[in-house]
Amino acid sequence: MAKTLFDKVWDKHVVKQIPGGVNVLYIDLHLIHEVTSPQAFAELETRNLPIFRKEKMVATADHNVPTINQHLEIKEELSRFQVEKLGENCKKHDITYYGLGHEYQGIVHVIGPELGLTLPGKTIVCGDSHTSTHGAFGAIAFGIGTSQVAQVMASQCLIQTKPKTMRITVDGKLSKGVLSKDIILHIISTLGVASGTGYFIEYAGSAIQSLSMEGRMTICNMSIEMGARGGMIAPDETTFEYIKGKKFAPNGSDLDDIIKYWKTLTTDNDAVFDKEHHFDAADISPMLTYGTNPGMGVKIDGKIPLAASGENEKSHKKALDYMHLKGGDSLLGKTINHVFIGSCTNSRIEDLREVANYVKGKKKAENVSALIVPGSKQIEQIAKKEGLDTIFKEAGFSLREPGCSACLAMNEDKVPNGEYCVSTSNRNFEGRQGPGSRTILASPLVAAATAIAGKIIDVRNS
Amino acid sequence: MEKFKTIISTALPLPINDIDTDQIIPARYLKVTTKDGFGKFLFRDWRYDKKDQPITDFVLNRPEYDGKILVAGKNFGCGSSREHAAWAISDYGIKAVVSSFFADIFKENALNNGLLPVQVSESFLEEIFKISASSKPAVLKIDLENQEISLEDTSLSENFEINGYKKECMINGYDDIDYLLSLKKEIEDYENNLSITY
Ligand code: SF4
Repeated sequence: MAKTLFDKVWDKHVVKQIPGGVNVLYIDLHLIHEVTSPQAFAELETRNLPIFRKEKMVATADHNVPTINQHLEIKEELSRFQVEKLGENCKKHDITYYGLGHEYQGIVHVIGPELGLTLPGKTIVCGDSHTSTHGAFGAIAFGIGTSQVAQVMASQCLIQTKPKTMRITVDGKLSKGVLSKDIILHIISTLGVASGTGYFIEYAGSAIQSLSMEGRMTICNMSIEMGARGGMIAPDETTFEYIKGKKFAPNGSDLDDIIKYWKTLTTDNDAVFDKEHHFDAADISPMLTYGTNPGMGVKIDGKIPLAASGENEKSHKKALDYMHLKGGDSLLGKTINHVFIGSCTNSRIEDLREVANYVKGKKKAENVSALIVPGSKQIEQIAKKEGLDTIFKEAGFSLREPGCSACLAMNEDKVPNGEYCVSTSNRNFEGRQGPGSRTILASPLVAAATAIAGKIIDVRNS
Repeated sequence: MEKFKTIISTALPLPINDIDTDQIIPARYLKVTTKDGFGKFLFRDWRYDKKDQPITDFVLNRPEYDGKILVAGKNFGCGSSREHAAWAISDYGIKAVVSSFFADIFKENALNNGLLPVQVSESFLEEIFKISASSKPAVLKIDLENQEISLEDTSLSENFEINGYKKECMINGYDDIDYLLSLKKEIEDYENNLSITY
């Protein structure tokens, strides 16, 4: 029977089918971080259980960590305790841990791919919803809760219902100033934040294939923002090229052999999806969000929609009240005092290069504080080697040390109450970047342009 | 895990769509390493103002709503996978959440904590909100055995879906770890038969 890419990877990992459509699914890679793992370790301890396959786990500290002076002790007591707890747990159970100061430390979804841990055909989980990022390699990768973290620790398996499949095809050539972030914001604002719930997405089409691995990760990363557990892209030469030479990736003849298998990981021509959507790349513009979920987005020169009549009216009004914005207005020209470039969506070297390319020789506006937080120690190093740090410094941007930072404001990097932030992260929920913060999601290019202009401008004209 | 059979309780109405887990429990409360005590932070920024004073018209601050069933708008629990959201709801004393649509991860997290997500039709949900907005809070009965939810004092009731495996777990208070551990031999066999290993 013809199979989708998703079916091929899923079916290979089913250990057992339980009546009622529930599967026991084997997990190849389990990533953990400090926030969603402590209660899972405690659960194992209470039940006196060992870690079943510790060699399939990798840990890092990212959500809580400060982005300056990482060599010093973490000042905030609870954060320090949580990060230390992770270190202790990893030591006790002999789990690979890239803690603060380690050359491989970084945001969990950034380090997996750059270390060659994320590979086509794998099943990957983490107690974090943006685990969907890893699907860019043709892996089935999805976020789980802490009870499930404990399950994987105890058995390397999860009990899962097989999701439905959806294909989103984007064909054509992207216009000037349009990045992969705009593709996914366009898709989510068109289809809605719950459109992917119950589905696993495959992204296909010439516009997707033309993207670098970084661009593909940005797309898959935000699959969860439309409700899908994950999104994936069939591996191709771009994928294999990226993997080559990565620290833990297969090499030599092992790599050649496994690439033969990876090449079979494509959707068969006559495979049928439960749902299909098509987009034309030419219709996509640089995007901005105006509301309090990632589906509330408009083209950069578009107008904020008026309240929809009917069921969404209340939510729409609540969102605009929170954002202090009005339906019918344009965001162009709006003064912005905070710009955040970072998060597992857009903190990779390609994003930093994009920003550097734009800000080189320019200076940020007086009113703006601009934060650049690389996704990992390795990215920070490459950026320095390429001299991007000097470019950022001269432009008045502050290049920090790696972590989640203002994406969720668990550390001290917060957007002040009532202030707007143009952010390259993935969520504009109420209070996400600090209590009362107002987030406008955008691409790294739009964020860079905002920082220079001190207000939102149309990057296509600058 | 606590066993779940039937509950009858006042509905706590929250007629807002797309309530994300950052609202259910903001990230700044996720720094602890235990599962207890999250109830006091449930809907923290909707429940208290910037000066930590209760916002009087928010449902959890209104004495007439003291029930065990939260009823929320479509797409409840979207966003972050934090299980702290389910812990906070349970710790507050809520036993079931009713909505016309749930985010996947939230649903799984809830089920793993003995908190029952009950998906109803849009019209049923509207009816609960309508009654709640009028004279006195709506009262709901949820019968897991028969997979039925009914709105007391009316003739309205609906059946809801739950997969057979999870239903067993909820009714008996079992969790997935117990079951997975019983499969150790099969998991090892699976590993030994792999043609491609990572
Ligand atoms: S960068 Fe933001 S979205 Fe990504 S893992 Fe960290 S907190 Fe989550």
